[in-house]
Amino acid sequence: MTAGEAPEGSGVGVPGAGWRRADGPPAQDRERRRRGGGRRGGRGEIPMVDEAEFTSYYGRPVIKPPVWKTPDVPLYLFLGGAAGTSAVLGALAEGTRRPALARVAHLTAGGGALASVGFLIHDLGKPSRFLNMLRVLKTTSPLSVGSWILAPFSALTTATAGAHLLGWFPLLRRFTGVGAAVLGGPMTTYTAALLTNTAVPSWHEAHRELPFVFAGSAMAAGGGITMALTPLDEAGPARKVAAMGAAIELAAMHRVEHGHGLVSEPYRTGRAGKLLKAARGCTATGAGLALLAGRSRAAAVGSGALVTTGSVLTRFGIFDAGMASARDPKYTVEPQRARARERDTAGSGKAAVTGAGP
Amino acid sequence: MTTISSASAAFTGEDPGNRLFGPVPDVTGDRGYADDHPARVGFFTDTSVCIGCKACEVACKEWNLLPMDDAEGTVDALGLTGASYDNTGMLGANSWRHVAFVEQSRAVDLPMPTVGLPGAAGGQRPLEDPPVVHPQVPASATTAEQSAPLQTSSGDREIRWLMSSDVCKHCTHAACLDVCPTGSLFRTEFGTVVVQEDICNGCGYCVPACPYGVIDQRQDDGRVFKCTLCYDRLTDGLQPACASACPTESIQFGDLDALQARADERLAALQAKGVEGARLYGRDETDGVGGAGAFFLLLDEPEVYGLPPDPVVTTRDLPAMWKSVGAGAAMVLGLVASAFVGRRR
Ligand code: SF4
Ligand code: SF4
Ligand code: SF4
Repeated sequence: MTAGEAPEGSGVGVPGAGWRRADGPPAQDRERRRRGGGRRGGRGEIPMVDEAEFTSYYGRPVIKPPVWKTPDVPLYLFLGGAAGTSAVLGALAEGTRRPALARVAHLTAGGGALASVGFLIHDLGKPSRFLNMLRVLKTTSPLSVGSWILAPFSALTTATAGAHLLGWFPLLRRFTGVGAAVLGGPMTTYTAALLTNTAVPSWHEAHRELPFVFAGSAMAAGGGITMALTPLDEAGPARKVAAMGAAIELAAMHRVEHGHGLVSEPYRTGRAGKLLKAARGCTATGAGLALLAGRSRAAAVGSGALVTTGSVLTRFGIFDAGMASARDPKYTVEPQRARARERDTAGSGKAAVTGAGP
Repeated sequence: MTTISSASAAFTGEDPGNRLFGPVPDVTGDRGYADDHPARVGFFTDTSVCIGCKACEVACKEWNLLPMDDAEGTVDALGLTGASYDNTGMLGANSWRHVAFVEQSRAVDLPMPTVGLPGAAGGQRPLEDPPVVHPQVPASATTAEQSAPLQTSSGDREIRWLMSSDVCKHCTHAACLDVCPTGSLFRTEFGTVVVQEDICNGCGYCVPACPYGVIDQRQDDGRVFKCTLCYDRLTDGLQPACASACPTESIQFGDLDALQARADERLAALQAKGVEGARLYGRDETDGVGGAGAFFLLLDEPEVYGLPPDPVVTTRDLPAMWKSVGAGAAMVLGLVASAFVGRRR
């Protein structure tokens, strides 16, 4: 088949009329393979989508990898989640007369929220302009919506925690605690939209599952920390929350790691793969140990520490996987190329590829 | 009340006015400018006449006082990529134009029709091409014969160079602008997308949001920078610096409508001459970003030039994301509450 016979406008002919980058062995190998292998491909058969056909500009990334720093951002994600769950736990503990659990949960929420804000500010290029975050409210920007959740949440949780520490204003504490709890739910998940609403392939494609991963991970962390720090007789709800959270985290993460073809790959390979494997181990063991955590404080501390570590590792792993998928142009180009080719074959690609034939 | 309808689109996914995705006939008016706003402007970059002189890069650096940087964006560093004549490497905070250089070869025994001059079909060319006049090629094609001067043969291989001056696309649906939490990025009255440097707090969200990898953070500064489409010059009635400097009119500036018509004509003329692989990139208003304000005529697949083959603005999927975020948040509240139900302890 020659380019002259290439189906018009389909792009299924010889891509680029046989032109290959003239930069040494890899490009020429590719060409030799193509020539030696005999002419393949006709209408309807799409042999060009294989690995050998992937092209990039000198291997450079197509999108800019995030400039967000590690450990700042993964810790910001983790702390926000842990604080969110703890705030909900604290308000309910207060309402059901579990003073020890309420105290631990509110202190965790306040501390976590403050540290989370700290990491967020530290990550800014111009920390002194942090307040510009509250200059507008934009629903198209998860960071804007998130700032409007994080700002009142951290104010309310710090107030609640402060009231606990000082022993002042017990009634006011209830109100601030309830307010923080309402915001605690969104606190656990908005950070997922922050990552998925980008062009980073492995984050964006998982945009339906990642909020549930973050929710589960936040419950595991919040439940885990409070279960470890609360006396056994009041820690029941925290144990349940940690166990449920761990299960959700594992299940949702499994779908992220396996459900999206090529862009799931960064979650299983490299440093991200190792981190997430370790995360799975910690979370699963911690969840198992939670079954015994009602009987022994030592088991509670161990279980809490394990699920919390699992949550931290999950955040670091997800962050790393996204960075890896942004750095390698393969993850950007290949899915888009396949999509474009499919559309062209379907015959509607009017502007994407014109001019394959005169 | 445009802001309110935009709010509901992101949260509800009901988007009849194409606030998040799809063609927008008047993006400037749609974003709140009065009816007498100027026409939307843009660039048509015709890479088939680009000679890789980098005058655009230099003009942009000079006009905008951009710092020197190497191919990785390190400020005040001089570096050679060692891979090609391209030592700029990429668009970034300090390089708002970037001329890509791709050297390609193919075996001449491939059963391909040869491009170029009539009578030179064997792949052998005289060293100097006689000037050729094609009545059907628009006047913009000032370099005599497209793709032919860039193409030469050696032994059993043919060599060609692709050069393309890349720039911010000034997308109809600009992800960078959508995600900016401070309102630093905004849509100008010319329909372009500009960063207000006195507002940007360096959150960096726009950087991974851009599907083309255009906008970037300046390392020692913390804020982000990108092409302004010479907003300062436009308001004074001047052409952008890069377009004024381009000696071949590869970079054409003007009203977007007029540029689109010219590009269609140019593509038809090239195709009529049998130039393989010629295509418009970013011209289609039904594409993933609603069409680009700066679009291109390319001679090969976009990824060859480092461009994404089928970019989609990330906020297209934002309603689905908010839905999952809401469901996840409700799940946390519900499950934690359920943990307090039942046996005490
Ligand atoms: S190309 Fe990137 S930086 Fe330019 S307007 Fe579009 S999204 Fe923004
Ligand atoms: S880095 Fe600046 S321009 Fe970019 S999203 Fe943040 S505030 Fe907006
Ligand atoms: S329009 Fe102005 S800012 Fe943009 S690339 Fe050209 S010279 Fe630079």
